[in-house]
Amino acid sequence: MIIADKKPIQEIIDQVKNYERILVLGCNECVTVCEAGGKKEVEVLASVLRMHFLKEGQERKIHERTLERQCDHEYLEEIRDVVDQYDAVLSLACGVGVQFTAEKYLTTPVLPGVNTCFLGANEQRGMWTERCQACGECVLGKTAGICPISRCAKRIMNGPCGGSTKGKCEINAELDCAWQLIIDRLKALGRMEDYEIVAPIKDWSTERAGGPRKVVREDVQV
Amino acid sequence: MSLNTPSRLEKILKQGNLAVTSECGPPRGSDPAAVTSKGALIKDHVDAVNITDNQTSTTRMSSLAACIHLKQMGIEPVLQMVTRDRNRIALQSDILGAASFDIHNMLCLSGDHQSFGDCAQGQNVHDLDSMQLIQTVRLMRDEGKFLGGDNINRPPKMFVGAAANPFADPFEIRVPRLAKKVACGVEFIQTQCIYNLDKFERWMEGVRERGLDEKVFIMAGMTPMKSAGMAKFMKNRVPGMDVPDEVINRLSGVPKDKQAQEGIDICVEAIERLRECKGVAGFHIMAIEWEEKVPEIVERSGLYPRPQV
Amino acid sequence: MRLKCPADFRIIRLPCTGKIDLIHMLRAFERGADGVYVVGCMEGDCHFSTGNFRARKRVEQVARLLDAVGVGGERVQMYNLSSGEGPLFAKYANEMDQRIRGLGPSPIREAIRKRKLAA
Repeated sequence: MIIADKKPIQEIIDQVKNYERILVLGCNECVTVCEAGGKKEVEVLASVLRMHFLKEGQERKIHERTLERQCDHEYLEEIRDVVDQYDAVLSLACGVGVQFTAEKYLTTPVLPGVNTCFLGANEQRGMWTERCQACGECVLGKTAGICPISRCAKRIMNGPCGGSTKGKCEINAELDCAWQLIIDRLKALGRMEDYEIVAPIKDWSTERAGGPRKVVREDVQV
Repeated sequence: MSLNTPSRLEKILKQGNLAVTSECGPPRGSDPAAVTSKGALIKDHVDAVNITDNQTSTTRMSSLAACIHLKQMGIEPVLQMVTRDRNRIALQSDILGAASFDIHNMLCLSGDHQSFGDCAQGQNVHDLDSMQLIQTVRLMRDEGKFLGGDNINRPPKMFVGAAANPFADPFEIRVPRLAKKVACGVEFIQTQCIYNLDKFERWMEGVRERGLDEKVFIMAGMTPMKSAGMAKFMKNRVPGMDVPDEVINRLSGVPKDKQAQEGIDICVEAIERLRECKGVAGFHIMAIEWEEKVPEIVERSGLYPRPQV
Repeated sequence: MRLKCPADFRIIRLPCTGKIDLIHMLRAFERGADGVYVVGCMEGDCHFSTGNFRARKRVEQVARLLDAVGVGGERVQMYNLSSGEGPLFAKYANEMDQRIRGLGPSPIREAIRKRKLAA
């Protein structure tokens, strides 16, 4: 899923301070699971913002709403009737949701309430780690199910580099060396001979480098 | 003996001599004297001089420019290129630029992560990795083609090198990893600084078992220690470095003002031992900001005078 | 056992302190409470194993949020005691009461009062 992290309160206050009527808009998907922008976080942030402005003696209307998703037209339509009642929407969805909301409601400022971080997994309670950079051409079948693009600090396709020490990355002793993991798993799979297959120069045009991407599936279009 | 390039380093190695290279780090400024004065110190004692490419990710004068300064004073440069800072367009372009100055050696590296340097907030590129850079240079040289498939007018004549770290983890893939680089077309290897001679010799055994020493020239990396403090720093702080306690104890065992000399002695003894190791084709002496000691090390190791080719 | 407790605090009973959420505490402050404290079981004695640890984390989070908006994180506190410790319960109540009196009214309560006067 998409992993997001909370923005500092002060940064949020600075963003919204010039708007009188603010809708704090949560999302029930990824940001709910990673506890950054779901209904609970909307309630807390709205409460904190109300207290801040109250204390400052400033009149503000801060309302709360959480949609099923902010990355789908249907759910975003649910606020069409009310959106004009607000001077700004503070979206706690990922960057996708913030943009989709902004695209839909052209004349309403839509501000980000979280920092969107990466595609990751919930490794343990309160800890999320990156697993994918959406390069558009998956190599996991050749790398024993461990991604060198998202998990190697140098995204080396033929690793490990000379900085791998005791299974850890040169940039951080707590970070696993992706290539150590690949080698360990190749061994577990009895496929160590695959290590010597040279990975060819990667076509990065399916990645960010190729410009904004699009997936069109005519088979599901109606 | 067939030569692939006009490189003097290639010729010396292929004639069966123990080659000697050294390295200079370019300055953090634009004064060419910072390069040429280092070059002048070692000119007569080495066959070629590596110029590092923004080592430890700290911004410096470009490797290519520094190589040109050396070339102009009659020293043969080895252009180090890391894949961290340039995409395939820039890498190929700089290879052509180097070739236009008749620079005939290069070393293909991935480079330290930028978090070690002065631009920790910068992007890294890693469009290619070091193995793919080796393949790229070989394609440009041997096929006379760009990665995009077009022909190169006057292809670069590069003798292609890479690094190997026999001490990084996991040890078991250190030989297979060299085999991969050989398969990619590397012609010479300069290793990480060697202090753990036993482990290096074990690695070389594995290298010989697979016959890799017949396919690539392996130059043993040597860095004299200036002090016990430096040895401890290298052991604890430099990733992928293996400094045995005996080395630290030996340096600590002599007074501070004698430690530098002890470091030189250790280095000379290591060269004397490793020159007997089958498959070692030469030495790469990296005296970091201590270039003036290279002549002494070369002379005392019996590697002077250098062959005239 | 007749123990002296401060008169102006209100007890809200929970099945477990693990049930309390950030928003419960924040709402109390939003409506003008001067302080909130949570009294849970002894650490390690939670009937639901980690309820009181969760509560402590949440109290800490509320403290940070209150600091961030200038209400003051010292207005929330987590206490632990066992069910048989009536005197300790009274002691904590008095301690919190003293602390809040020392801090004075919450700026939110002041702001609500001013707004009412203005209206």
